Amino acid sequence: MIQIEQLTKVFGHGDARSLVLDRLDLSIEAGEIYAVVGPSGAGKTTLAQCVSLLERPTSGSVVVNGDTLSQLTEKQLRIARRRIGTIFQSDGLFGRRTAESNVALPLEYLGVTPTESRKRVAELLDRVGLADKAKHYPHQLSGGQRQRIGIARALALRPTVLLSDEATSGLDPQATNSIVELLKELRDDLDLAILFITHEMDTVLQVADCVARLDHGHIVESGRLIDLLSDPASDLGRALQPRRRHQDASAAASLWHVTYGETPVPADWLTRLAGELGTDVSLLGASIENLRGSTVGHATIAVSTVDPDRIAAALSGLGLHARLERDLPQRSLEDVA
Amino acid sequence: MTAQLSNNVPLGDIPALLLPALGDTLIMVGIVMAIVVLVGIPLGSLVHNLAPGGLFENPVWHTALSWIISVGRSLPFLILMAAIVPFTRFITGTNIGIPAAVVPMSIAGIAFFTRIVENSLRGIPVSLTRVAKASGASPLQIIRTAQLSEAVPSIIGGLTINTIAMIEYSAIAGTIGAGGIGYVAVTYGYQRFDNGVMLATIIVLVALVAAVQLTGDRLVRLTTPQARRTALSTRTFLSRGTRTPTSGDRS
Repeated sequence: MIQIEQLTKVFGHGDARSLVLDRLDLSIEAGEIYAVVGPSGAGKTTLAQCVSLLERPTSGSVVVNGDTLSQLTEKQLRIARRRIGTIFQSDGLFGRRTAESNVALPLEYLGVTPTESRKRVAELLDRVGLADKAKHYPHQLSGGQRQRIGIARALALRPTVLLSDEATSGLDPQATNSIVELLKELRDDLDLAILFITHEMDTVLQVADCVARLDHGHIVESGRLIDLLSDPASDLGRALQPRRRHQDASAAASLWHVTYGETPVPADWLTRLAGELGTDVSLLGASIENLRGSTVGHATIAVSTVDPDRIAAALSGLGLHARLERDLPQRSLEDVA
Repeated sequence: MTAQLSNNVPLGDIPALLLPALGDTLIMVGIVMAIVVLVGIPLGSLVHNLAPGGLFENPVWHTALSWIISVGRSLPFLILMAAIVPFTRFITGTNIGIPAAVVPMSIAGIAFFTRIVENSLRGIPVSLTRVAKASGASPLQIIRTAQLSEAVPSIIGGLTINTIAMIEYSAIAGTIGAGGIGYVAVTYGYQRFDNGVMLATIIVLVALVAAVQLTGDRLVRLTTPQARRTALSTRTFLSRGTRTPTSGDRS
């Protein structure tokens, strides 16, 4: 597991001083994928570099399995880095080395014997499903395959923490998906704590157990992915599953936004709602999906002339958080305007 | 006319005149290039890593070293050679012959090659240095694997240019009696107006430079994985007379 405590990073001095990370706390358990999202300039890259110990924090600490790694000498730092595997945005493969030779790099630096190294490399390539590409050069591999080689290399020294810095950015959806599945497999098989830094919300939905949103060096919101998605008040939850434009409702209907809550929602809730209220219910837009066993999502519905309190009660009875978007009078006002 | 011609070296004797000179040139350039590579590679790596963003970032040392190299690069070779005669004599005990030519040639060559190495390293993505660092590499391991090793084709390309420049310098050094092709060209071709010898030295120099360039280009191709693949497929194409798919296993 990895704990980041009160991590602060300041660049420059005096007037040019800029605070990039401001007393940041983050804790990732073994067997957990923690996604950190945020706009560019939020401090994601700096966070990644502080965690991979490429950049020294100004204050605060990075603790891996109980050992504080952030206040070490240059030589100790080099040893400490071996406990954190890093996957980079661009795969970072060495173009003049074959796939297997790239994976062997960390072992070579450590001074592992060639026999032992070969054995471990074969194991790693097998692990990421590219045993048949061992002798290939990076330019002969696809983007997804190159990133897999990058992952195999990050795992070479059996780290307990894996840091993924925009590892899927720039990959096509299919390749992204395969990398995400591989990371989840690794999390389960090797009990890794994975810090997944990205700006792609879609990928977060696929991969993360927990999410934090970084903005201006602060974590502004964080929590378990499922909790955030089922909380209609969560900005992060809404950002992760954005509402798209929905179909227009007929004039004589009230418009409702509903969000799937923690309690299971029956799949036929629309029919049940219509039956209970004895009126027409139209589905105008929805985004519903199953994430690790829970159904999460939201929908926009139009309900014909019924008392709003009754509708709200019926919806919450079905396990849905409801919010009245537009009532009849408002609509007529809009029409006048 | 006839009297003038009688001063000329007979055509049949030209090879006997040129071959030992060619040998001298090769020895001179060979010794110089060995020194240049041995000093230039560490020096170029050092300058590159003293620069902002480098492994041992240090503005003072970087400026100082960079200045010294620039001074070495800015003097025309003839002037450099003349200017450092006392130094050359101090090192070799003489100011004529091959040993005396090796000293100024090495100085000019090192300054040249250091810049070439620095430029080649600059072309390697910094991300590779970060990858190596994150993989637990020491500074020397980083320079060796993530910088120099990746820059090999580019450095070989630069080495080719450098070697050709040294062949040129060896001809200039010929004027101080260093021997070699340059010496023959100056004493026979220039001072005695022996056009036959002059033409022969030109042919030998052109052939020598072409051979160096060809070897260099070939080595660059062999050390670049992308190019190597194409080179191999061309060979298969020639030997079998049929085109073989080279990218069939790409997925």
